[in-house]
Amino acid sequence: MPITYTSGEQIEVYRFSIPVTIGVPLLALFLQTFLPRRIFSIFDLPLLVTIFFAMARRNPISGLLTGAAIGLAQDMLGPYPIGIYGIAKTVVGYGASSLGAKLDVENAGARFLVTLGFYLVHAAVYFTVARGMVNMTLNWSWSRGIVAGLANAALGVGLYFLLDKFKQRT
Amino acid sequence: MESVLGRYRNLTILVGVLFLQVLGLAVQVKRSADAENTRLIRIWAVDTITPFERVLVWAQNSGNNLWHNYFYLRGVRAENRQLKEQIEQMRLEQVRLSEDAEQAHRLQSLLAFKEQTIAKTVPAQVIGSSGSDLSRSIYIDKGSNDGVGLDMAVITAGGIVGKVLRVYPSTALVLMINDQTSGVGAMLEKSRLQGVLRGTANGRVILERVMSDEQVTAGETVLSSGGDQIFPKGLPVGTVTKVSPGREMFLNIEVKPAADLSRLEEVLVITEKQEQNPVAETAGRVRAADILAQRLPSVPDKPAVDAATAATTANKVVAPALGTNPSAKPSAPVQSTAKPEANQHGVTPSFAKVPSSSTATAPGSTKAVSTGGAQIAPANAPSAASQTPKKTAPKAVSGDPALNSDSREAEGANTVVPAPKTIPAQPKPTVPQPNPQPPATEDDPH
Repeated sequence: MPITYTSGEQIEVYRFSIPVTIGVPLLALFLQTFLPRRIFSIFDLPLLVTIFFAMARRNPISGLLTGAAIGLAQDMLGPYPIGIYGIAKTVVGYGASSLGAKLDVENAGARFLVTLGFYLVHAAVYFTVARGMVNMTLNWSWSRGIVAGLANAALGVGLYFLLDKFKQRT
Repeated sequence: MESVLGRYRNLTILVGVLFLQVLGLAVQVKRSADAENTRLIRIWAVDTITPFERVLVWAQNSGNNLWHNYFYLRGVRAENRQLKEQIEQMRLEQVRLSEDAEQAHRLQSLLAFKEQTIAKTVPAQVIGSSGSDLSRSIYIDKGSNDGVGLDMAVITAGGIVGKVLRVYPSTALVLMINDQTSGVGAMLEKSRLQGVLRGTANGRVILERVMSDEQVTAGETVLSSGGDQIFPKGLPVGTVTKVSPGREMFLNIEVKPAADLSRLEEVLVITEKQEQNPVAETAGRVRAADILAQRLPSVPDKPAVDAATAATTANKVVAPALGTNPSAKPSAPVQSTAKPEANQHGVTPSFAKVPSSSTATAPGSTKAVSTGGAQIAPANAPSAASQTPKKTAPKAVSGDPALNSDSREAEGANTVVPAPKTIPAQPKPTVPQPNPQPPATEDDPH
């Protein structure tokens, strides 16, 4: 299976129904807030949902707006100023949709690597904004970051296959 | 220009969206420096999400209650019996501790120390978290309507949890102590070294600002120091788990929080603190040692006939010697053990005023010796009585004017001589009792 698309191949672009478009991110935010911290704090469900929608739609504008909306909603529920997650997820949404337009992100291996990469990108943007703009004293832990990235990538692969069922061909 | 924008349309929109968010962030950062204003958008978001969480928590609790209160009652009787025994033991322990606490209060009041106490708390239930691994905070189901305010301390029975960061009408956001942006004034229990408690990226808690030349060992308890003006002094914070050299001249002390921060369900918000002088023991209060003495098993009293005979004889002798009226102490004849005698003389003004250094002949000498006995007896009598009341009686008798006089009358004047020798032999003669024990009543078992 080719990894990149050539000019002769058609790119599959999907769309989603309105209930799925609104409900899935809200459910992710709700679960992220409600599920026990001890087990689920390492996961970032809103990030996984952002990456999935961005990669499926393959439209950068749609991806960045989805990321911005989900990120801002996540910010509203957190203790820090609103916009840190928004900026980070906007970048991820844009990047994932741009990447989705160029790479085959339908197989599990590619999805795993893409999710791991975007988790680290998300963390990098988050820390840059938090430390540079908001002047927060956050410290980055590589061990924790890698473990969390791998965990999110593993969960993401499963979650994407589940969400694939909601895809509608354009 | 239009062609450039059209060509890089996606990138332009990305930059525009990012710019708007950065702008919004900048506005917030600037405003949060002036005053703590909660944004309406936050209130909307929280008000939207918390009702669902409340319903879920309620359903979960109802299920748990149904299970625990109706179906899971095996072994309750045995557990109840065991708990009752435990309560009895803890009561005895409490008596001992309250005695220590009162002593500490007396000493604190002597030094005019101020102490901060928890005056009022509001129990709250944890209904959610901030939804992110990068910030560690929780939502509780109590807000400004319940008296919760900004920067109030949040604790559990185990230890401190965090402080209130944002307050909404019916909920509040609590920043936990393992968040990277939190800071708690803490100190080590044994060495009293003070530092600042902070969270790390991994969710662990470290104690900073302790110099590397200090001796800190794993297992030492960490308490709140009260320096942050949020947590009252002395609340349990955690236990030192690891000590390693840190940056610059400081130690890196890892602390395991006393409260299980990842499994919080119910917390207490300290809504009111009091700063007051420690209250010393008041005159009318019952001493903890007396309560302990009453609870512990004791040897049966002497036959009433012996005691009555001895006391009657004592009154006959003491009254003329001291110039007091024997009828002023009608209860004396029924006193049979050491403690009531000591109490009786401990509150007799004529005894207390006579200096112990007085060395007058016969009657005066008896007074001097008696005074010493009267001063010592209230402090020692309860513990002595609580152990072996009958055995301690002779010791107290030797310092007691009534029974000394009694023995003088029975054995002759020379037999008074051994009495003064027993005074220095008392084990704790030094601390004068600031609040004399109230006179023993007739129904006192001792």
